[in-house]
Amino acid sequence: MRLVSANLLGMLLAALFFVSPVGAVFNDERLKDPAQEEKAREISDNIRCLVCQNQSIMDSNADLAKDLRSIVREQVAAGKSEAEIHEFLVSRYGDWVLLNPPFKARTFILWVSPAFVFLLGGYFMFLFLRRKNDKSAEADRKSAPLTEEEQVELNKLLSEGERPGEPK
Amino acid sequence: MRFGFLAPIGVFLLIAAVMFYALFYLNPKEIPSELVNKTAPEFSLEPVPGYGEPLSSEHVKQGKMTLLNVFASWCVACLAEHPTLMDLKKQGKVEIFGLNYKDKPDAAAKWLGRHGNPYTRTGMDQKGRVGIDFGVYGVPETFIMGPDGTILDKIIGPITEKDLETRILPRIAEFNAGS
Repeated sequence: MRLVSANLLGMLLAALFFVSPVGAVFNDERLKDPAQEEKAREISDNIRCLVCQNQSIMDSNADLAKDLRSIVREQVAAGKSEAEIHEFLVSRYGDWVLLNPPFKARTFILWVSPAFVFLLGGYFMFLFLRRKNDKSAEADRKSAPLTEEEQVELNKLLSEGERPGEPK
Repeated sequence: MRFGFLAPIGVFLLIAAVMFYALFYLNPKEIPSELVNKTAPEFSLEPVPGYGEPLSSEHVKQGKMTLLNVFASWCVACLAEHPTLMDLKKQGKVEIFGLNYKDKPDAAAKWLGRHGNPYTRTGMDQKGRVGIDFGVYGVPETFIMGPDGTILDKIIGPITEKDLETRILPRIAEFNAGS
């Protein structure tokens, strides 16, 4: 039994080490100019594959991703800028095709809500802590003075506690 | 503040309701088309061999409603909607064009021969570039084209009975009533 689990552990470790996340590069036609190829890849890294949704077209083996990669390469080779290529794709597939959505009226909530929730949480925490603070301050104030009767009662209790025979 | 202790439960229920809705009523596979209400992109394609005249962007601008159906012989879901298209053709209410997406000419011809041809014109988009111009990301897709070549709507995936009744037929009826 122990042998089996040791083997299993070894296999898991091997899997961890040998399946390292090397950036998958598919056998596409690459651009001759390495700088352009680099740029095409950078752009492709931020284009969503519409078939596999949470992969970039650089990571996806889908047919459509392949086509989009070659379009990006073509346009880079034709000297188009990143913004122009984004525009080309967005006009066909919408903002969704960009893995990093642009900040504009339609995506306002998407971008602002995390900061809003963070600040809202901070505000409630502030209220909570202040209320707690107020409560303990109030408690302090209440415990400070003793009324006359209380003082008498306390003295009585204290004197009762003294054992008989002990010197006063 | 007497019921303040219910706040976390309220927040939980709110989030749960949103997620429940998203889980069952939203389909992440359906990406709203950017091209709706825009004019169809320009294209000009050769027909599937043996299946009629070539297809170009001119043909969707001829003053009547048309359907542009993206299909391929390798696409299994296309078979599912094929009877619907054949039915539509039989009723003769709307002209259907077929955009043969990334297919082999013989395979496409064989497929149409075996299952029937609902299209009045076909165009072979062998490189898939016209498909990309139309924002196609899966087959089948069906574009509902207005008389002036405006894309009125896009159905992603096989045309269901519901799509037919809520998106296709009412538009055709409306157009026929108007003209």
